[in-house]
Amino acid sequence: MTSLDELYRAEWGHLLAALIRVLGDFDVAEDALQDAFAAAVVDWKDSVPRNPAGWLYSTARHRALDRLRRRTKFEEKRMAIAEAMASTSPAPDPLEEDDIVPDERLRLIFTCCHPALAAEAQVALTLRTLCGLTTEEVARAFLVPIATMAQRLVRAKGKIRAAAIPYRVPEPGDLPERLTEVLAVLYLVFNEGYAASTGDALVRRELCAEAIRLARLLRALLHEPEPELDGLLALMLLHDGRRGGRVDEHGELVLLADQDRTRWDHVQLEEGRALVRATLRLGPPGPFTLEAAIAAVHSEAEHADETDWPQIAALYERLYVLHPAPVVGLNRAVAVSYAHGPATALSLVDALAEPLAGFHLWHSARADLLRRLDRREEAVAAYERACELATNDVERRFLARRVTELGNKGVRGD
Amino acid sequence: MEYLLLIYEDEKRWANMQQAEQESEMAGYRAFGKEFAAGIKAGKALQPTSTATSVRVRNGKRLSTDGPFAETREQLGGFYLVEARDLDEAIAMAAKIPSAKAGSIEVRPIMTFS
Repeated sequence: MTSLDELYRAEWGHLLAALIRVLGDFDVAEDALQDAFAAAVVDWKDSVPRNPAGWLYSTARHRALDRLRRRTKFEEKRMAIAEAMASTSPAPDPLEEDDIVPDERLRLIFTCCHPALAAEAQVALTLRTLCGLTTEEVARAFLVPIATMAQRLVRAKGKIRAAAIPYRVPEPGDLPERLTEVLAVLYLVFNEGYAASTGDALVRRELCAEAIRLARLLRALLHEPEPELDGLLALMLLHDGRRGGRVDEHGELVLLADQDRTRWDHVQLEEGRALVRATLRLGPPGPFTLEAAIAAVHSEAEHADETDWPQIAALYERLYVLHPAPVVGLNRAVAVSYAHGPATALSLVDALAEPLAGFHLWHSARADLLRRLDRREEAVAAYERACELATNDVERRFLARRVTELGNKGVRGD
Repeated sequence: MEYLLLIYEDEKRWANMQQAEQESEMAGYRAFGKEFAAGIKAGKALQPTSTATSVRVRNGKRLSTDGPFAETREQLGGFYLVEARDLDEAIAMAAKIPSAKAGSIEVRPIMTFS
């Protein structure tokens, strides 16, 4: 039998989504579900019910309706709504143990990722409600004080209630646009875990796992295949699969070229590659799919020098057309440097000076090209500027090492 | 649910428009009014902010000053009070107001007191 902790991890989002539907309120549903889990700790000491999820759902709903009934006159209206909604739910007897809890998570995803909520609130709400992370855990993952995160969640739920953000899957006409919002949230969650700028490594790792879990869930819930969702899932699998090689035993950042590729998760990488291949067959690829294809090409090379750079450069070319952001241009330039030489790439990098001169990665990319062109002094200056601008200790140490290495080479005169 | 759709745009745009452009924009508003006749409870256009007066009372003293509450790039030019099922429906209406293309529409739920 699974433990209550495992049940919490596996079922929280599912149960909460169904309860919000029936009770018509995020807070009421959340409190009731907490109560039900607390009750289970006591009630399940001797024997665990046959259908634990059904038990939790029924208990939570029962308690919430009880509590709503006891509320003051001011709340009577909400109670009436809740009861009206409850009466349309499939289970007439609230403590029927064999209840199959309806899956309402798709509604919950679209409500949490509603564009009327601020991006940071969308992310927090998604992690709190769908993934069941506690407010403390979400706060820790985003390096904000618990009180700030609690406030953010309260405000978001307040807006859902006051502005009547619907608990509904968008109409087919609005679905593509709204799905883009959802994918952006998943990507934010993943990147927050992957970039690991600072903070608790374990919580960070969990964010990547949650983003992947949510993408899988979304895939299972949507009726139509969504190529960009598949592309995003593939991208996350391919990045996360390389995690083992990204940092060495001393916690230092290792460049893709220098990574020990035997430390990559090759099972996960193969899953990602298979997904990319299938998605590319569905039609012209979107930005996530192209990024996943680039990551797939990287992952195929057993050694860095076997990387198919011309193909990567061509994929970046297509990505830059779809998504002409300066950072994409920078990555394209780096790919071009390996496919067609650092001189060609340097002019591409220099063309991006205006938007990116305040960004440490622009300076470090430039420094690397200058180093490869044997323009050592300029390279050192660029590495030093990158070092000044970097915010992450691991990256800063890496850049400082580069400066030292170049200095040593100079002394030896090679 | 009731929502107030507040229409913000650069009022100079309207002032600088050719008559034909103004007419086509007005036709857009008439079409909007017809499409959402059932949901629109009230709607008005406002005179430009050059006609605005801001009034405040401080320490019991009334102060009237010339001009809008704040000088901004876009100004409140009009509003609709509408009935909508939820925020999504209100947003869908807001997006069809002709000025949404040039300015922006603020959607505010109306507070109800029981």
